[in-house]
Order: sequence, then C-alpha cells, then structure tokens
Amino acid sequence: MYFESVDALWHMAGHGPYVWSCYGLFIVLLAANVWHARSERKQALKQAQAFIRRNSNYQANTYVDAP
Amino acid sequence: MAQFNWRMPRWFHQMGSPKWFYNFGGLLQPWFTLAAFLLLTCGMVWGLAFAPADYQQGNSFRIMYVHVPAAILSQSVFLSMAIAGAIGLIWKMKIAFMVARSCIAIGATFTLIALVTGAIWGKPTWGAYWVWDARLTSTLVLLFLYAGVMALNQAISERQIAGKATAILAIVGTINIPIIKYSVEWWNTLHQSSSFSLTDKPTMPSEMYLPLLLTVLGSYFLFGLVVLTRTRAQILQTQNGASWLMQHKDISGAK
Repeated sequence: MYFESVDALWHMAGHGPYVWSCYGLFIVLLAANVWHARSERKQALKQAQAFIRRNSNYQANTYVDAP
Repeated sequence: MAQFNWRMPRWFHQMGSPKWFYNFGGLLQPWFTLAAFLLLTCGMVWGLAFAPADYQQGNSFRIMYVHVPAAILSQSVFLSMAIAGAIGLIWKMKIAFMVARSCIAIGATFTLIALVTGAIWGKPTWGAYWVWDARLTSTLVLLFLYAGVMALNQAISERQIAGKATAILAIVGTINIPIIKYSVEWWNTLHQSSSFSLTDKPTMPSEMYLPLLLTVLGSYFLFGLVVLTRTRAQILQTQNGASWLMQHKDISGAK
C-alpha cells in the first residue's frame, strides 16, 4: 500500500474528503443505475407472466363455457 | 447495367430481431456483470490505496480514476445513442430505438458524475469548484442535451415516434462532442489536456496509468450491462404475446 496506515489512507494528507466523496458518488450513482435496470427487467418479467396467466384462463373459460 | 448489390452482413440484421437480441444479450449479461465488477473494484482499490501520489497535486489526483472514466463514457454513450438512433432511422429497426432509449439515463449519470467529481477536484487544485471554462461549459451543455433527450423520449407515448424524435435530437446533439473533445486545445483553459489516448504512449508511469485503464474498461462493461438489461426489459414489454417469448424459459417459470 502507498499509505503507511489506514488512518493515512482515510485522511490523504488533507485531500481525504474530496477523494472519498468522489468515489462514493461514483459507486452510489452507478449502482443505482444497475439496480434500476434490474428492477425494470423484473417488472417486465412479471407483466409477461401475468399475460400468460390471463391468456390461459381465458382459453380455459371459453372451453368450459362452450356448449 | 451493373447493379449496386452490396448488402449489410447477416449479423447486422440478426441484431434487429428481438428474439436474437434477447437471447444473445442474456448470454452476455453475466459476463458483463463480472467484468464490470472486477475491473471497477480492482481499478478503484489500486487507484485509492496503491498508486503513488502525484508530485504536484498530491492525493487529490486519485479523483482522476473516477472522473476520467465518467467523462469518457459521458461522450461515448452519447455517440452510441446517436449511432443507435441513426440505425433505427435508416433501417427501421425497433431494437435500435430501444438501445438508444437505454443509453439516456446511464449517459446522463456519467455526465453528472464527471461534472460533480470535476468540481470537487477543482477545489483543492484550482481553488474553485466551478469556472466558466470551455471544457466545463460544454460538458454542462451535454448534461442539458441528455435532459432534453430524456424529456422528449418520455413526452411521446407512441414508442416508434418517440424513438425517431429522440434519434434526431441525439444526432444533432453530437455536434457538441468534438467541441468538448477539442475545447482544451481551441480555447485557453484551466483544464488539463487528455490523460490518455488510443494512439499515443501514456505520459504517466504505468502504476498510475494501469488503474485508470481498468476503471475505464470497467465503466464500458457497466454501460454495456445497463444497456443490455434495459433493452431486454423493453423487448419483454413490447413483445408481449409473441410465441417465442411466451415459451421462453425466463417466463414459463423454469429458472
């Protein structure tokens, strides 16, 4: 490691707050994007599954109701 | 009379098939996730804790390992969005419009990160968070362009028309990309020139340069991952009822 201690890594000779806040922002915003994309996919999967369920019910009902 | 008979290669048209894109994207997705995670983690840990401090800027230069990838990607994503939009307009490919739509939020995020980390880096280095300099101003314009593209895309409910309108705005907006790139050469600026390029040898020692390469590559994979995931989600939404999709293992229950 370049720094002598974890404390030195945290403070970075006074630049710590600047550096750590930048890395934090990078991680949080990009993770939020990945999370959002994944939740969109989950939502779409649920919709597609619901479509199948509706569709199969409809077919079953018409079959039963038929004279 | 000889006829002009050149055609686009087969893979190009395959890419326009929702089924093909959905399946191929599904194969790529786990590898993109792994590559993005490993490259970004290694690059950031290396840049934070192991790279030597800069002789002029001290430790604040470590911001470069997140600032530069975000800045590069902010422009690459915009270009990708415009190219996807153009493909959609020329070949009438719905998938291309979906890809362009998937680029908007992640591109805007990279631009925002580049601006904010740049401002934070500016304080210890220049003594100010913000200056109205050519590079900074043109990047701010890029953020507004993304905001415009996003607003336009969401304002039109008919997907096909929204895709066309978005594509045109994205294509017109690319005029800003060379302005950002050459702003540090055309105008007097506080901003330093490029940290690296594809053609020249790096001006930094390799222990400073390699972590940057990792975070840039990792960011590209992350961009790819987000675009794949969101485009595949849009395919699911629009292809409702298509028989290939209804029988797909993702939906029919089998994991």
